[in-house]
This record gives sequence, C-alpha cells and structure tokens, in this order.
Amino acid sequence: MPHDNPAAPLLQLRDARIAYGQIQAVKGIDLELFSGELVSLIGANGAGKTTTLNAIAGTLQLSGGDLSYAGSPIASMPAHKRLRAGIALVPEGRGIFTRLTVEENLRMGAYTRNDKAEIESDLQRVYEMLPRVKERLPQVAGTLSGGEQQMVAIGRALLSRPKLLLLDEPSMGLAPLIVEKIFEVIQIVIKQGVTVLLVEQNANLALGFSNRAYVMESGKITLSGTGHDLLHDPKVRSAYLGEAA
Amino acid sequence: MIQTLLQQIINGLVVGSVYAVVALGYTMVYGILGLINFAHGDVLMVGALVAFTAITFFQAAIPGLSPIVYFALGLMVAMPACMAIGYTIERTAYRRLRNAPRLAPLITAIGVSFLLQTLAMIIWGRNYHSFPQLIQTAPIEIVSGVFMTPVQMTTVGLSAAMMVGLVLLVTRTNMGRAMRATAENHRVASLMGVDTNGIIALTFIIGSALAAVAGVMIASNYGVAHYSMGFMPGLKAFTAAVLGGIGNLAGAMVGGIVLGLVEAIGAGYIETWSGGWLNSSYQDIFAFIILGIVLIFRPTGLLGERVADRA
Ligand SMILES: Nc1ncnc2c1ncn2[C@@H]1O[C@H](COP(=O)(O)OP(=O)(O)OP(=O)(O)O)[C@@H](O)[C@H]1O
Ligand SMILES: [Mg+2]
Repeated sequence: MPHDNPAAPLLQLRDARIAYGQIQAVKGIDLELFSGELVSLIGANGAGKTTTLNAIAGTLQLSGGDLSYAGSPIASMPAHKRLRAGIALVPEGRGIFTRLTVEENLRMGAYTRNDKAEIESDLQRVYEMLPRVKERLPQVAGTLSGGEQQMVAIGRALLSRPKLLLLDEPSMGLAPLIVEKIFEVIQIVIKQGVTVLLVEQNANLALGFSNRAYVMESGKITLSGTGHDLLHDPKVRSAYLGEAA
Repeated sequence: MIQTLLQQIINGLVVGSVYAVVALGYTMVYGILGLINFAHGDVLMVGALVAFTAITFFQAAIPGLSPIVYFALGLMVAMPACMAIGYTIERTAYRRLRNAPRLAPLITAIGVSFLLQTLAMIIWGRNYHSFPQLIQTAPIEIVSGVFMTPVQMTTVGLSAAMMVGLVLLVTRTNMGRAMRATAENHRVASLMGVDTNGIIALTFIIGSALAAVAGVMIASNYGVAHYSMGFMPGLKAFTAAVLGGIGNLAGAMVGGIVLGLVEAIGAGYIETWSGGWLNSSYQDIFAFIILGIVLIFRPTGLLGERVADRA
C-alpha cells in the first residue's frame, strides 16, 4: 500500500458513524493516527470506544463517513484482509480461544504468515517478553487466569507483526503488577515502530504514556490534545480521573 | 454362541464405521455454525448415484480394467461431485441465513434435502439401481465361524483412513487450527486473518467428501443405489453425532461405532429377547430408542460438554 508521505496519517476516520440497527453508537467522529504514535481513547462506559475499535478492525461496518489506512480507503475491506494489511485488534474481553492451547492461540496470531523461521523467532521474542506465557504453552487457554489470558491476547496480536495495534482495555480487571507489565510491553511495541491506539478506563495511566488522546462521550469526540494537556485539563480530571467536580 | 456375538460385533463395526464417517459431517458443520445440516444424508445418496453412473460409464468406455480400478474411478468422480454440491448448498442456502433465527436454516436444510432427493429422482428415476459389486462379497472366515467379506473389510479400512486423515487435518495443520478457532469464535478468528467464510465452506466440502465415500460404501455393501437411500443412514449418523456429543469430532466417531454395535447386536438378539414377537428387521428401533434416551438424560452426549444452549 502506498504510504510514502510521512506527514499523512496512517489511519484516518472522517465523520465516521457506526450504528447497531437503529441505535447510533458513534455519531460522526474524526480521528487520526500518525506512524509511531501512542494515542489513547478514553471515555465513560457506553461512550462508543469499543465500537470505534471494532469498526477500525473491520468486525463492524461504518454506517457513514470514511475510513482510510495507509492512504487507501478500507471501509469496505473485510476484517481478515485488514489484519493482512497490518491492523491487529486485541479485543475487549481478550477473545482467547479457550479450547485451544496457549501455543495454538499464539500461532493463530501468525496464521497469515508463511515465513516459518521468522515466526519461530517472533515466538521466542514473545516468550522473552512474557515469560509467564512460556510456562503454559501446552495448557488449554481457557484455564489461564485473566492476566495470563491478556498476555496471550497481546502476544498473539504481535505475532501478526502489526503496523497498527488496537488495544481495548487491556488492563481491565487486572492487578496493578500485571497492568504495569502490560504497559511495559506497550512501551516495547512502540519502540519497535508500531502505532498504537489504546482504549483505557485507567485514564491517568493511559494519558501519562500517550503522545495524544481523544475523549469520547456518547458517541462523539468532545476533547483531544496531547496526553500531557488532557492529563491537566480540569474537565478531564473531574470526569475521568475521579476528582471532585 | 460366542461366534454369533463376535459376528454381530464385526457387522456392527462395519455399519458403525460408516455411521461414524457420516456423523463427522454433521458434527463438523454443527461445531462451526450451530446448524444441523439435514441435507447431509442426501449428499451421501448423490455420491452413491454419481459413482454408479461413473462406474457404468467407465465399464463401457474402457472395458477390461480390474474391478478395483472402476471402484476407485467411481470414488474419484463421486467425491468432487459431492464436494461441489456441499459448497453450493452452503453458499446458496445457508450463508445468507447465518444470522437468521435458528428455525430458518433448519427448515431450509429440510428443504435442501427434499430438493436433492427430487433432483436425484428426476435424473436417476425412482428405481433401485443395482450397484456394481466390484469388491468381493464372498465371506472369508477370519476366526472359526466368524466371517467378513472383502467389501466389509474395505469399508472399515476406508472409513478408518478417512477418520485418521480428518483428525490429523484438524489437530495438526494450520487449516485445522483455523477451523477450531472459527468454531469457537468467528469474530476473533477473522481478527487473526482467517477468512471465516472460506473455512465454513471448507467444512461443508470436507464433510461432503466423507459423505461421498460413505455413500459408495453403503451402495457397495447392499448392492443397490436409489434416490432415497440417504435418509436412513443420515438419520442414524445424526443419532450417532448426538450420542457422541454433537460438535465433538471424537464423539461422532465413538457415537457411530457404538450405534453400529448396538444395532447389530440388537438385531442379532431381538427375536430371542422379544420371544419371537419382533425380528431383526426391527433393528432400526435401537437408533431411535438411543436418540430418545440421550436427548432426555444426557443431551450433551457421551463426550460433549457445552452444546445444550445451541441444539
Ligand atoms: N451489539 C450491540 N447492539 C446494540 N447496541 C450496542 C451493541 N454494542 C454496543 N452497543 C451500544 O453502543 C454504545 C457504545 O458501546 P461501546 O461498547 O462501544 O462502549 P464503550 O465505550 O466501549 O464502553 P465500555 O467502556 O463500557 O467498554 C452503547 O450505548 C452500547 O449500549
Ligand atoms: Mg468497551
């Protein structure tokens, strides 16, 4: 795909609308991601964050507006082709294949690849990054703890060698130590040049790490700016960082 | 006495291995779509009739070949024909109903079954065709007083080979892993780059190829083929799949063998048990007694664990 102009966004949503039947969940949003950025998308429950990520990954269709990736429109591209193009989603709730083993789950991430030797070395890299996963390779993935499942879900997404990684609340319901580990992994991924769009409830943590962020409220983007600015924005602080209004 | 029992066990294994192969087709489709493809038995019938026509054609066109070659040619024509039919059924009848309420695809499946039977009746007529006996049917004594015919041996051998092949495909290959992943979660599988429509089509294609082999084996064993011959084996194989736990591959195989054994042993002794009131032509009742018992007491089958929410 042509993506020569470094100033052009890697991903661009323009006036994007997404509906579940009659229910408008996302009501015309503009969102841009530039190569190498870590951008977070924060907002209250039901704001439309998951809906937006699913539409970018292709498991939901836009009902209006445009979506382009690496300079080409992809709104009508099916999800499995978007993965091949470099968009990987770690879905809300992790989406582990509970009846497959941990190793099979990871290998599913490399399903579209044919470079056997490279896949093995990528697997080794994932094991180094997530040693707890390595200990459990032959185990049926449904028996893993929530934190371990999240690690597998992230490792699996990385095995597709994405250019754009979408993470939907990777820290949900996990202990602080594991959350820390996950953010460590995100840092490593960013260093490798992967662009990341992160949806997080833990806005404090997410904003601290992000280059930029968008705030979403009932299907619309109401604020955007650098992570630092939003972290210090009084509206954000009162709404999402638990400070008294 | 023991010979009679052994003989019934052998007969049961032969019939059971065919049920197992057909049951795999039901269970694979159910596992991936939650759909009971009631047309599956009729795909088996088409396989037998296509093989009948192909064998008749080759015997006339290239006479003098060894019978086993004609048999192989029949299979080689029947399998791709059934694969094409399986694909067409999925593509035209079921795919657009993927998100419809459950009753719609079920009724459609019954409709497809009638359609296949009617088409077969138009093409091959209503008569019983005598299926060429290309493999020996003379019994061979394998242990004293216990017999097995070469066609029975071929049936068990081919069925076993198909089952081993399928298990290897599903457990050892990337494609098989993608099938299992899709069966568990279509959406997440597509996020892994799996073309789930392709995998679903493939499931129908593989199941139909197995049905083709089963159809040819049934026709070879009984020496006849006709347009409604798929109904009873289809129902039995469905019972076998439910017995083993529908959606579960090992279950379909175990269920098929167990059902075959129960039927054969039951057929051997039903006359004695019922004091002469029933004879071996009532053997079909065993399958339906089993189906009833399983559905009432253990709807998840012998090896199934989840399922009940879908059936
Ligand atoms: N499958 C669905 N059918 C109908 N409405 C849905 C569906 N999924 C989500 N919605 C609605 O769309 C809106 C946005 O939901 P979404 O899951 O995108 O929110 P979210 O920002 O991810 O929330 P959370 O932080 O709780 O995960 C909500 O009002 C929700 O009720
Ligand atoms: Mg969400």
